[in-house]
Amino acid sequence: MSFLEVKDIKKSFGKTEVLKGVSFNLEKGEVLSILGSSGGGKTTLLRCLNFLETPDSGTISVGDKLLFDGDDKNMLNDEQIRENRLHFGLVFQSFNLFPQYNVFDNVTLAPKLLKKGTNEEIDAAASELIEKVGLTDKIKNYPCELSGGQQQRVAIARALAMNPDILCFDEPTSALDPELTGEVLRVIKGLKESGSTMIVVTHEMEFAKNVSDKIIFMADGVIEEMGTPEQVFGNPKSEKTRNFLQNSLEKI
Amino acid sequence: MSFLEVTLYLLNGFKISLVIFVVTLLLGAPLGLPIAFCSMSKFKPLKALSKTIVWIVRGIPLMLQIFIIYYVPGLMFDYPMFSNVDKFFYMNYGISDAGRLMAVLIAFIINYACYFSEIYRGGIESISVGQYEAGYVLGLKKSQVFRKIVLKQVIKRIVPPMSNEIITLIKDTALANCITVGEIILQAKELAATKALIWPLFYTGVFYLLFVGLLTIGLGKLEKKLNYFKS
Repeated sequence: MSFLEVKDIKKSFGKTEVLKGVSFNLEKGEVLSILGSSGGGKTTLLRCLNFLETPDSGTISVGDKLLFDGDDKNMLNDEQIRENRLHFGLVFQSFNLFPQYNVFDNVTLAPKLLKKGTNEEIDAAASELIEKVGLTDKIKNYPCELSGGQQQRVAIARALAMNPDILCFDEPTSALDPELTGEVLRVIKGLKESGSTMIVVTHEMEFAKNVSDKIIFMADGVIEEMGTPEQVFGNPKSEKTRNFLQNSLEKI
Repeated sequence: MSFLEVTLYLLNGFKISLVIFVVTLLLGAPLGLPIAFCSMSKFKPLKALSKTIVWIVRGIPLMLQIFIIYYVPGLMFDYPMFSNVDKFFYMNYGISDAGRLMAVLIAFIINYACYFSEIYRGGIESISVGQYEAGYVLGLKKSQVFRKIVLKQVIKRIVPPMSNEIITLIKDTALANCITVGEIILQAKELAATKALIWPLFYTGVFYLLFVGLLTIGLGKLEKKLNYFKS
């Protein structure tokens, strides 16, 4: 059994079916990149994993623990959902840092409220995480005093502070100037080296190619293609994938 | 009457104005919060009820609301409770307008709570969904997200409109004289009637001006204090 098993997830908004049965597995320590054009369901898939949306059907399990089963909706009370969320972390496209807290307090807020340890332990862990994302000199600064790239690195540290099993990124660099993209991608790459399990929705093809163990190409709510970077980039089987890659990699 | 005597006389009336101001703020501001939550409720009947009350209260002149509160118990239920309170206080403590002041306070608290509720609602709804979601994905409870993440951002956003409303409130207290509660303008009118002095009526403006000046400084400081973050 794989570390993360997602089986046949379906999700509709009104009459629009956004996810039409998505299944994939991920092993511990692996990095999965999800590619695809807008409207393909990538973000909805991540939001389902983080229980910001409830799938209509399908199952999600992490480390042999069944977190969600579409046939048994009763298991999803508020308490249960919150517990499920702790397995996943999410880094948003638009950072969503808490503006009234400085960098350090953004990172320590949730662990302290949820009593993940003593204050000393949480503070020490936070300092370490902030160092890991290279922002020790900004530790007392407020989000409005940081660049987009710095804010996103804080958001990564904030997500890591809850020690999630799987860290998800929803287009983490899409809101950034090109020159700030690199610093965020480098941090994510560094996390891979320290063994984090990650799912990255991204438009950065080079990054996906170099960092991922596994690539999923999504279109119209289904997984169109799944495989290693070599398979998906080198020898795509589906027509849609070929077109997408051609358009994305085209040098203008 | 000397200038000093007039000043002290008017100051006595301004005390009543301040009582209306402080009590309305202390009780109306918290009362606005449940009304705001009802107006945002997903439970349709509650939402409709709350919106209707706000519509009525904001749709009728405050002066008329004071009359309604004051007269309706006597006219409709044959129980003039505010006049009774007046009499009781007059006989026991020699205070003449306690019951009428009470009616004014009730009208003001309800009226301002409704206005405040709309400011709160606007503030709460202006916070981006992303702030809530960022809290939720970290595993926080809804109540924690509201108290620790959303609330301060709401406060920052509502300080300017609340300041406006608070400044309006001190001037609205003049409406209390419609049922002869002895606030400052009523006192000035009394001087005009009994001592044939008209200038104290205009002089009352200075009291309001000075107080609004103090309020402006205080509220400006609060606004500045919350300037350390942008949201």
